[in-house]
Amino acid sequence: MYAIGERINGMFKSVAAAIQTQNPEPIQQLAKDQLAAGANALDVNVGPAAAEPKAAMEWLVKTLREVTDADLAIDTTRPDVMARGLELAGPGSIINSSKGQQEQLDIFLPMAVQHEASVVVLTIDENGIPRDANGRGEIALRAVATAMEKGLPPDRLMIDGVILPVNVTQPTPGHVLETIRNVKLLSDPPPQTVLGLSNVSQGTTQRALINRTYLVMALAAGLDAAILDVLDSPMMDAMIASELLLNNAVYCDDFLKAYR
Amino acid sequence: MPFEMPVEKWSGAVSTVTIGATAAEGGTRTSVVTVGGDTSLPFLQFEGETPHRPVIAMEVLDVPPEEWPAPMAEAVGDVSNDPAAWARKCVDEFGADMICLRLVGAHPDQADRSAEECAQTVKSVLEAVGVPLIIWGCGQADKDNEVLPRCSEVAAGENCLLGTATQDNYKTITAACMADNHKLITEAPLDINIQKQVNILVSEMGFDLSRIVMYQSTGGLGYGMEYAYSIMERTRLSALASDRMLSMPMLALVGSECWKAKEARTSEEVTPEWGPVDKRGVVWEAATATSFLHGGTHIFVMWHPQAAALLRKTIDSLISKEA
Repeated sequence: MYAIGERINGMFKSVAAAIQTQNPEPIQQLAKDQLAAGANALDVNVGPAAAEPKAAMEWLVKTLREVTDADLAIDTTRPDVMARGLELAGPGSIINSSKGQQEQLDIFLPMAVQHEASVVVLTIDENGIPRDANGRGEIALRAVATAMEKGLPPDRLMIDGVILPVNVTQPTPGHVLETIRNVKLLSDPPPQTVLGLSNVSQGTTQRALINRTYLVMALAAGLDAAILDVLDSPMMDAMIASELLLNNAVYCDDFLKAYR
Repeated sequence: MPFEMPVEKWSGAVSTVTIGATAAEGGTRTSVVTVGGDTSLPFLQFEGETPHRPVIAMEVLDVPPEEWPAPMAEAVGDVSNDPAAWARKCVDEFGADMICLRLVGAHPDQADRSAEECAQTVKSVLEAVGVPLIIWGCGQADKDNEVLPRCSEVAAGENCLLGTATQDNYKTITAACMADNHKLITEAPLDINIQKQVNILVSEMGFDLSRIVMYQSTGGLGYGMEYAYSIMERTRLSALASDRMLSMPMLALVGSECWKAKEARTSEEVTPEWGPVDKRGVVWEAATATSFLHGGTHIFVMWHPQAAALLRKTIDSLISKEA
């Protein structure tokens, strides 16, 4: 599984403080820790409190590029901040994210082509979050059609079925699993699937257990990537064991070490 | 409708390993070999690169072979009691890319040769030929742990390929390869899980994965060839899927395995319906090697010069850009 570490996000107080004081050390340490824990890419989000999001994004990406060449997922809703982040991060980055309405796809998909990036498309549009898997599938199909029209290979789409907290809506985890399976039938090569995992447990007790269990279920449904807390090592162990049981990795006695 | 070649996209590649060191690199070899680097299943040139051709190492024993089949005795002739002369013949007459010196005489149940005697043999072969050398222990763990470090030491600087490290006995040989800067063969008994485990154990000692060649054990035609092939295939697929613990080039001991088969060695007086014995073993060995070539083997340890010649011809035809 392609793991995108979620911790460089201004929602965390330490990150917000580092951004505010332009202190690179905590950011770079978080990057190193996440990569050592098995992250393939790092999500980069300046957070809601940043006074000047564009300048904050510039500083964050530059700060990260001083210590790593890893893929970066530029996490913002603002196209101008996104474009600047992609420019500084370089090819192979991830746009996180575009919503599924046509106007947004028309902005972010050409941007992905221009910057040789992949793009996370949330299955949410002007009508909100669909009630079931069919509604999510329709939005994913719109994204695939737009990608083909704009010249973006469909496997550079990362469809996010938009998970909601299980204590808010209990049928949603099932709908998202169904979406993960259905998306693979939309094109050849099919789009990638991704999940903003931690949202499933928002506001619940036993958050780690819920995250871990749902990740394993989603992997079994064919999930390709997740934005998650890679520093949660029991969860990463469960992910690695899942890869083994799905025959995506060859067994050996030290399979945890081998994966890392 | 025009035909479109189905092309797989792979994320990984086989690692590249160079064996042998010339004077410029601190050794005395006149040639070196580089294997690996493949970015597709074997020889699918429309899909990826096969940057280095597979190579042929010819096997030389440190003591005269016992109960050799007649065609082998005839091919090697009177040099079989002199490893240096035998190695020279393999290079000069049979065109070997490498020599695989197997120290079978070190085995306590065989000649029980000492570490010093084995090291002298290694030295004499290094002096006799300019091609890179594979140095292979007798397979008895305790004795190998005595013999191989000494052989490694006398070959220091030559960038040899030393074998083998196994799941139960890997520390001494790995340390020797690290100290004297050789490449290492990791061995598993036809078991991809153990193969991966040995590689992890060796890398945990700080040994660089890019200095390993894998030997997953060889089954000759009729004696497990398909099983060995399927392991090679799965190993290659894992390498292409970026499993760095299974991304090393592979080696096969084709000659010694094939010539064990009764089909290769039984005389035609006993089994006249099997045809002439002077062709049978050669074909047995060449057919096995050709199969492994398609399975993704990079280094072939061969016995009979005619089998080696047939294999070389097949490699030529597969590696040719015009093919």
